[in-house]
Amino acid sequence: MLRSRVFALAPWLIAALCTSSCRSHSDSAPTEGPASAAAAGSAAPGANDPGGKEQYFPLQSYRVGPYAAGGSGFFGGFIDYMQLVNTRDGGVNGIKLTWSECETEYVVERGVECYERLKGGLNGAPAAAMNPLSVGIAYALIDRATTDKIPLITINHGRTDSTDGRVFPYVFPLSLNPYSEISAIVNYVGQREGGLDHLKGKKIAVLYHGSPYGKETQPIVELLAKKYGFASTHIEVPHPGTEQESQWLQIKKLAPDYIILRGWGIMNPVALKTAAKIGYPVDHIIGNIWSNSEEDVIPAGAAATGYIAITTHPSGRDFPVLQDVDKYVVSQGKGNMEDAKRVGTGYYNLGINNGILNVEAVRVAQGKFGAKPLTGEQVRWGFEHIHIDDARLKELGAVGLLQPISLSCADHEGGGAVRFERWDGKKFNVISDWIKADRALLRPIIEESSTKYAAEKRITIRDCDGEAKL
Amino acid sequence: MSFFLEVLIGGLLAGVMYSMVAIGFVLIYKASGVFNFAQGAMVLFAALTFVSITERGVPFALALVITLAAMFALAIAVERAVLRPLVNAPPLSLFLATLGLAYVLEGLAQTVWGTQVHGLDLGISDAPIGAGAVSVSRFDLFAAATAASLVGGLGALFRWTRAGVALRAVADDPLAAIAVGIDLRRLWAIVWGAAGVVALVAGLLWGARVGVQFSLSLVVLKALPVLIIGGFSSIAGAIAGGLVVGASEKLAEVYVGPLVNGGIETWFPYVLALGFLLVKPAGLFGERSIERV
Repeated sequence: MLRSRVFALAPWLIAALCTSSCRSHSDSAPTEGPASAAAAGSAAPGANDPGGKEQYFPLQSYRVGPYAAGGSGFFGGFIDYMQLVNTRDGGVNGIKLTWSECETEYVVERGVECYERLKGGLNGAPAAAMNPLSVGIAYALIDRATTDKIPLITINHGRTDSTDGRVFPYVFPLSLNPYSEISAIVNYVGQREGGLDHLKGKKIAVLYHGSPYGKETQPIVELLAKKYGFASTHIEVPHPGTEQESQWLQIKKLAPDYIILRGWGIMNPVALKTAAKIGYPVDHIIGNIWSNSEEDVIPAGAAATGYIAITTHPSGRDFPVLQDVDKYVVSQGKGNMEDAKRVGTGYYNLGINNGILNVEAVRVAQGKFGAKPLTGEQVRWGFEHIHIDDARLKELGAVGLLQPISLSCADHEGGGAVRFERWDGKKFNVISDWIKADRALLRPIIEESSTKYAAEKRITIRDCDGEAKL
Repeated sequence: MSFFLEVLIGGLLAGVMYSMVAIGFVLIYKASGVFNFAQGAMVLFAALTFVSITERGVPFALALVITLAAMFALAIAVERAVLRPLVNAPPLSLFLATLGLAYVLEGLAQTVWGTQVHGLDLGISDAPIGAGAVSVSRFDLFAAATAASLVGGLGALFRWTRAGVALRAVADDPLAAIAVGIDLRRLWAIVWGAAGVVALVAGLLWGARVGVQFSLSLVVLKALPVLIIGGFSSIAGAIAGGLVVGASEKLAEVYVGPLVNGGIETWFPYVLALGFLLVKPAGLFGERSIERV
């Protein structure tokens, strides 16, 4: 407790130490580093002049602490995309995007504090959506965001049952929920083995982070094991995961055919290094959506070469939208990343995808409510009517970077497909097309869980058909 | 049986890695009676400085020298800015000062060198060496040899140098040591510098194992039970404590963990340390404090 409290003071101390030298947050100053994050901790204004023609995105970012590498990449990509929309397009139908950051340090209580500080908007510009990129913070905000009618975006993470928008009207596990992730991985392993029927008798171990996030997928793994006849084992790695000798010795004894790595942060490179140490083949370790960044493999060195992970946001700069970001933002000195080499890395591209989906929601909502700053409730409608097909992906310059995605009142995930990529020692190379989860299989389990949640919380389940007729 | 041996040996070698961090705590505790909460941040600071310098094309040896110089400069700065104003302050004040120092160092390291994750290759393979059914990592053996060298070097420092003898005098009776003319401030700078060297060695070994990133500062979490079990004032105790913690937590995780859904090695060393506090409060090698009341 004492440590967390003192830690909370750290950004202010750092800010005090570098008052004269640190750059403050603005549309043109890189803000990747912790010092600038400290400056941004006071909710400094975003890019544009205040007025009545702006849409505000509150950013509960984290640029210091153990997960700073992920936070700075994700929020850097998100901000650069909004900057692109402002610079290249003049905003969304003339409505400029604005934002401010509040440093959470990935700590739940600070995340909640930031939410309360930012939810009211900025200089009259209303908040469109919250994007905390943290399972813990997202869990803590579900009730608040629902009460305040502000969409809570948990791209690629969060509660699986929040996919059911009838029970979680303001929560959006966009693109990929944890169950879809496991289903897609099992489908891929089945492909590698020559068909799902070949999984019978195989052994699959899940090495998971000792947290609610890590444990989230145990029911679906068991269900799929029963369905396809493979044996499943769950092995926990206690947080933070700097020591995994005993877990990997258990794996050595168990000798599974595949390992699903549900890691986070430092746990991932340590897993890869320890696997090499006991002689487990790296190409039989399949990393999940939070085990797929450059930050996860570079520290593992040669032990990571050949490692395969899923992605919804392949690394690289060849996508037209990334080239536009470079042309209109980065090369103009307006990029958010202090280290421009990180543009196009995994976390950055996830931020770009998140930006595309958030902005698309605003654009769709404007189609119904008019080209003006919108309330969270109106933007929620926009999210629920996102329909990005191949043609729209081409317009967005995101073919291959983002999957086709359609959301609805009942379906707040919308995607459920992943691509697989292999680390060659220097970069990730995509090795598969989009592989879909078995969403028809997953939906009843999701509804069972969400219905139970609704009963516990006394939530009236939305009538999506009825709403559609309005 | 071979699996048991493999777990046991793996645990002992992991324990050596914990000891590397714990030794830094012992050095400062011996000289000033302060539990230095900033030792983990010093590990991060040293490793991040070293790897950032090498990534700019500076040769390994020169980077090592520059980082050592940085750690000694840090030691002098800590003595001047933090310790000197707190001379004669209660131990709790000094402890809280090191707690604050930890956050300053973590922030400073990231402000100067950035938040990016770095790989560190010391050129030592982590591949297993087979010995029958039991295999051991070359890197772990190297770490064990490094720890032995470090303990030997520090032992020689304490036994055969003037500064070492003075440090032992300060540890035994600070007031008497000052009364006979020992310069406490200079000694504090020396011992913090030595702790900085230990932090660098620990940072390089841990950095090569897990990557150089913020989480390096979290390796201190395992140092506390090591110190309680080994004793706060004994370098040999830090080694023994590390071995006990490493071996017991691995055996517990492998043989007891599956019975309780696993993930017990985070808290198991603390339970063990609690047992030691009840039975042998000064630890295996610690000095029992006797106070006249």
